[in-house]
Amino acid sequence: MNKAKKLLYSQKVAPYVFALPFMLSLIIFWAYPLISGIVMSFQDVSFGGSQWVGSAHYQKLAKDPFFSTAVFNSVEYMVLTLLLMIPIPMFLAVLLESRLTKAKGAWKVIMYIPALTSVVISGMLFRLMFSEGDGSQMNQLMQAIGKASIPWLKSKGTAWCALLLLCVWRWTGVNMLYFVSGLKSIDTSIYESADIDGANGVQKFFYLTLPLLKPTTVYVVTISVFAGLSMFLESFMLWNGNSSPKNIGLTIVGYLYKRGIEKNDMGYACAVGVVLMVIALIINFIQLFATGTFSIKKKED
Amino acid sequence: MAKNANTPNQKTMASNHKVGTFLATALFAVICFLIAFPLLAGLTASFRPAREIFQNGMSLNLDFKSWTMHNYTYLFTKFLNPSTSDTTALADSQKYFMWYKNSLVLTLTTVVLTLLICYFIAYALSMYKFKLQGFLFFMVIATMSVPFEILMLPLYQEITNLGIINTNAGVFLPGLCAASTIFFFKQYMTSLPKELLDAARVDGCTEYGISVKIMMPITKPAFASMAILCAMGSWNNMLWPMLVFRDTNKFTLQIGLNTLLTPYGNNYDLLIAGSMFGIIPILIIYLIFNRYLVDGMTSGAVKG
Repeated sequence: MNKAKKLLYSQKVAPYVFALPFMLSLIIFWAYPLISGIVMSFQDVSFGGSQWVGSAHYQKLAKDPFFSTAVFNSVEYMVLTLLLMIPIPMFLAVLLESRLTKAKGAWKVIMYIPALTSVVISGMLFRLMFSEGDGSQMNQLMQAIGKASIPWLKSKGTAWCALLLLCVWRWTGVNMLYFVSGLKSIDTSIYESADIDGANGVQKFFYLTLPLLKPTTVYVVTISVFAGLSMFLESFMLWNGNSSPKNIGLTIVGYLYKRGIEKNDMGYACAVGVVLMVIALIINFIQLFATGTFSIKKKED
Repeated sequence: MAKNANTPNQKTMASNHKVGTFLATALFAVICFLIAFPLLAGLTASFRPAREIFQNGMSLNLDFKSWTMHNYTYLFTKFLNPSTSDTTALADSQKYFMWYKNSLVLTLTTVVLTLLICYFIAYALSMYKFKLQGFLFFMVIATMSVPFEILMLPLYQEITNLGIINTNAGVFLPGLCAASTIFFFKQYMTSLPKELLDAARVDGCTEYGISVKIMMPITKPAFASMAILCAMGSWNNMLWPMLVFRDTNKFTLQIGLNTLLTPYGNNYDLLIAGSMFGIIPILIIYLIFNRYLVDGMTSGAVKG
């Protein structure tokens, strides 16, 4: 007994005791569902039990027009948000950290506030702002510039304006803060020597700031790729449920939710999940190779 | 070069600087106005008759004459007017504050448990050398590269089989290992001197005593940062709780508010006032602990 106690208190066993809750949680709530999700994607799951169907779900997915719409929408959303949510926040961060801007602290505090609102509340606000009646804010703006009211959420072009604006509204401040902290980690003496060499602002940005910000940019791109690909609740809130006119707001996760929860077709929905995971992993690998993160990691080791 | 600069050039540079300052500051003022706008619009809308919001959406109309406190008196019926004969109002108000309480309880539990688990694994990873160390660290990274949405359905089945569907445990258990929290703790602790541990060991403190009595107080700022981020995430979480909870009286605030957004618009008084009141706890925490939050959030972005 005493020996066992001694062992438990030794420096050899202690780290495993500290790591135990994590390991248990990892096995039960991460590894198990991950594997069972992959297994279920090859099965027909029902209350009575499950039947092995091989790759039938994947073959069906390849021909499923709703699924291709969902993949297209998710990838399109991801690309558009990347195009908006990297350059704009980066520009704002550089401007905010420059000597030109006054009252920096106040702008930072205000610009983060949208990220505090939940999807439910922000989605509802945007739904009400973009509602079709003549009295809604966006239609009042349209009238002010002499145009007729638009049923914003009924066609893809205008509805996606609302969807992307919602994303820009919520996350510009957050991404800007990421870039600000990246800028702060850059040694200012580099800029001083560039000044002595007579570099102008544009040169300093492209030859110093941009390359030195790379770790931050890689991080922001990675989280934006994941967030963009797995977007669901924004469209769920904007259209007050998981069905939008002509499926303009259908995303991969939305389709997964529809098949798995609404139609209780777990096997098929798990196949959707596996495809999403594969797409996410491929994009992540391409991006890590393209930005050379792997080689940086090696050097650090 | 600066010493020999002629005065006219300096003057134009100074005035250029002034114009630049004005433009940059004005740009941020405009952006901040646009960012505040939807929230301000929501706030003004919460003081207007609910029927109007349902019919017209939120409007730019700032006609103060039709302003009303009705949405808020309706929301707070439970406290302001508990003996009212309007039973729907009383029931709605009670329902709303039950959701509010549920959210508070769930958020507190989630924060405490998540921080403890993440703290201890980070402590093991940064303070000891052991066999599984590399593997465990790799697993922390691996959990980050699988979006939660993929695990959602198998987890839903698992939770059902374990019999913890429709309970708080079903909501918080799957989310306890937060990779970003572990990273933050690990980064914070790696920067601390290891001699502290040895000194404590010489004084006869056990391994477990050190982790709780010595390290925890030192890592307090890290706890503060992570507590705020975790609380925000939990308070605003919606997708997973929406799957787990089935009874209306177990709903969290976010799911509850979502059920109010019906196509019939009969609940908009509760919805708009309730939404605005639902932002308040997070906003207060944010304004008080702003600095900790920014530290915690951006640490991952710099070191990669």
